[in-house]
Amino acid sequence: MTDTTQTTQSSDAGEHYVAPFDANVSFDELQDAPPPAKFKLSITGWVGAIVVGFWLIVAITGPFIAPFGENELPFPDDYSEYQTPRLGDATDPETGEERGFFAQVYNGALMGTDAEDRDILSRIMYGAGRTIGISFVATTIAYFLGVILGIGAAVAGPRVDMIVSRINDAFLSLPSIMLGLVMVAAFGSTIPVLIVCAGLIYTTVVYRLARGIGMDIMVMDYVEAAKVRGEGIWWIVTKEIWPNAAMPLISDFGLRLIYVILFISSLSFLGLGVQPPQADWGNMVKENLGALQYGESIIPVVAPAVAIATLTVGINLIVDDISAHAGGKLSKRM
Amino acid sequence: MSDDDIVFETKDLRIHAMRDDGSELPIVKGVDIQVKRGQVVALIGESGSGKTTISLSSLGYCKPGLVWGGGEANLLGHDVTKMDTEELRPFRGEKVAYLAQSAAATFNPSIRINEQVTEAPVLHGTKTQEEANKRANELYHALELPNPDSIGDRYPHQVSGGQLQRLMAAMALCGDPDLLVLDEPTTALDVTTQIEVLKAFKKVIKEEGAAAIYVTHDLAVVAQIADYIVVLYSGEIKEKGPVDVIVNNPQHPYTQRLMAAVRPTPSAGMGDGADGSHRREAPALEARAVDAGYGKGSDGKPLVQILRDVNVTIERGHTVGVIGESGCGKSTLARVMAGLLPPFGGQINLDGGELPGALTSRKRSELQKIQFVYQMADTALNPRQRIGDILGRPLEFYHNLRGEKKRERVQQLLELVELPKEFAARFPHELSGGQKQRVNLARSMAAEPEVMLCDEVTSALDSIVGANVIKLLKGLRKETGVSFVFISHDLSTVASFADEIVVLYAGRVAEKGPVDQVLAPPFHPYTRLLISSVPEMRVGWLEETMGSREALAGISRGVTITKVGCPFFDRCPVAIDGTCDKIDPPKRADPHGHGHVIECHREIDELMAETAYAQAQIDAADAAANAGGEA
Repeated sequence: MTDTTQTTQSSDAGEHYVAPFDANVSFDELQDAPPPAKFKLSITGWVGAIVVGFWLIVAITGPFIAPFGENELPFPDDYSEYQTPRLGDATDPETGEERGFFAQVYNGALMGTDAEDRDILSRIMYGAGRTIGISFVATTIAYFLGVILGIGAAVAGPRVDMIVSRINDAFLSLPSIMLGLVMVAAFGSTIPVLIVCAGLIYTTVVYRLARGIGMDIMVMDYVEAAKVRGEGIWWIVTKEIWPNAAMPLISDFGLRLIYVILFISSLSFLGLGVQPPQADWGNMVKENLGALQYGESIIPVVAPAVAIATLTVGINLIVDDISAHAGGKLSKRM
Repeated sequence: MSDDDIVFETKDLRIHAMRDDGSELPIVKGVDIQVKRGQVVALIGESGSGKTTISLSSLGYCKPGLVWGGGEANLLGHDVTKMDTEELRPFRGEKVAYLAQSAAATFNPSIRINEQVTEAPVLHGTKTQEEANKRANELYHALELPNPDSIGDRYPHQVSGGQLQRLMAAMALCGDPDLLVLDEPTTALDVTTQIEVLKAFKKVIKEEGAAAIYVTHDLAVVAQIADYIVVLYSGEIKEKGPVDVIVNNPQHPYTQRLMAAVRPTPSAGMGDGADGSHRREAPALEARAVDAGYGKGSDGKPLVQILRDVNVTIERGHTVGVIGESGCGKSTLARVMAGLLPPFGGQINLDGGELPGALTSRKRSELQKIQFVYQMADTALNPRQRIGDILGRPLEFYHNLRGEKKRERVQQLLELVELPKEFAARFPHELSGGQKQRVNLARSMAAEPEVMLCDEVTSALDSIVGANVIKLLKGLRKETGVSFVFISHDLSTVASFADEIVVLYAGRVAEKGPVDQVLAPPFHPYTRLLISSVPEMRVGWLEETMGSREALAGISRGVTITKVGCPFFDRCPVAIDGTCDKIDPPKRADPHGHGHVIECHREIDELMAETAYAQAQIDAADAAANAGGEA
């Protein structure tokens, strides 16, 4: 039965209007605003994802598909005196000093060769796995330790928090490159030492973040509700805190990976990271710096630098999207 | 009235939300409203009705995720839905001003108040800094702020919540806007603060002749301040008309339902208490001479002592309502009972046996018997757990139920709180506010407790949803015989639900006893202030109340915690100088009441006389008003 009474009467304050109604229809509680949109990558996010995806594929498959070996000399015959000199040849016309080849593009070496006459493209492909691999393992170590200590400090109460935080602050106050140089100098620059060194140095940063997030969650009513219920610390950490801390921590992982890549590359550039003849993007830049000086080809320096830049920018673009989705909270914590 | 008088009007206004898949979800479905100069138009409806979205359309603003879907919103003859941000800039802050719900979130804590109040007109170039300062000063006087000449030099944290709310009105009015948009400006305030703010708003709107849109879900508040009411449901107008027509003669069933959900004025005999069938010898929970506070001070005492000698007894199956303004120690009492805050004096007894003060030293069986229900379901439910897991955990934890048995019990619990069984698979953010609060209650019920501590469980909900939750609690009480400690600053809700009332003031029990005794004379002066501050659903109530002696003496002051004497001394109309501020008040038993105790220096007879005097005053005012009306 539909009742469509519609009263309209005028008075000084305005008319009186009643919408048509069905006397039998009840008025349910209204839903709240719809839940926030699902996570979607923007155009820049997709660009980042494609670039990062590309480098990941290169890192994994590089050693198998590289045209030449890491330290293979593609053109051994070039050392022969009978050959006509290639572009940017070996000796300085004035001093007669050997200065490397730095050829541009020659006989299938798409990016030319480096100071030792090795194929640059192949070395970048080998270096990708090493640079990304070392950084990833180091970041994972940093996260493993940082998150356990950080959330532990948030849960354990003010006294433990005070002690751990002050020790952490002391390490945080040391410049990371200096600390890295000292550690590498003391323990030798092997890849395991590099990984442990970068991992420990970045543990301090992850600790701060994880502790902050953990503290924020600790004061939520649902954590208090779990305490009032009598739950033990293990339940509170694994079921109440961790699921809520995971998302912001995971998006920070990408950002932290960038810093570690730059850190490892810086160490290699300074000669204390990955040691020659092993290829790494950082030490490739260092080995080939001469190319800039002599001006025959800038590719040997630019190629690994561009590799570092595109990878870090790519990761950044993805992280931007994630933190924008999380309401910019992440950027506030940085 | 000519068309020039129309400040703002919408014609068939439609606003859509964009869904993930690109489809449109209508939020506002063809709304026509008109706001004339000097008129206050109230938009009322429950949460989700689109009232805030419509009010924001007057600023040409759509919340993120919303888009204009058609129709017009004309502000001073310009359709703001067709303008871009640059074109809107001259309107916002100058022609139309917006007052948000929370003044605390609106003010920048590190900038002096005056600078923020005068910012808009100076920025828009409509006033010089001197003119704006002068105008702000006028407004401070008009809004009856304390120390109006110097209050602008303070920082936001140096004034009280009610004062900040009024300062926000000054901020909005400083640029002399044509239209004022007020979005639930008193909802988060205590009753006593609310009427103080309402009075200031009403006065200033009248004096300035500004037009206003007042958004709220509280009809009793609307009746005090609005000229015209628009009732919204689900983005559509259900009824609109002048305030007296809507209040006295609502036609649409939805309006009638809204009216029915309005909390009645608290009075004796309205209670719907328990029948005593669950009563046993020992009380379920008892607080004996509890002293508690926060911080670490000297000799084992807390830095700030909140609760002083609080005695509360909760009989089995009974509901004890705890009322008082914010800062009176209501939540502190609940936290002491729950074990979250160990008291430094006194003891908590459960079933006649003493309970350890600290949570960690209580046994699991003791924890199970006392359950705490949080005010905000949003933060009390873990957003990453499904409803089934949230409800299942206490079953597993306290009752060792697993697998099929647990699932069955979860479904029973959902049924108990009137939610569909399918909700077990949902996450909290997929539920509405009222539904979340039901889950919150169900989680506490899952423990099968003897006492449930409900801390303001209906305060964050609008009136209809809140009324439904109260109905549910009454059902639970009848079925399970659980005792409740029901904390609220809303006296009418407490009065309709509790068996006994404890009135807390500044950490002390001012008055306690059975509901009918507490809500009938003799009153503690503070109880009378609280009762008289509850808005009534009739036009003209505000003026009447503000003229009363309690209001004049006590409304504009805040709660102060004192070490000696009666803390209500500085707000009390019948305080005795030299006694009330020096000596702790004696506990006086009402000879007619069963366990009705008032802590006051005045004799019971004096308090009776006081009530009679106040009633005579109200009657006289009524008579005068009637005589005036007839003449």
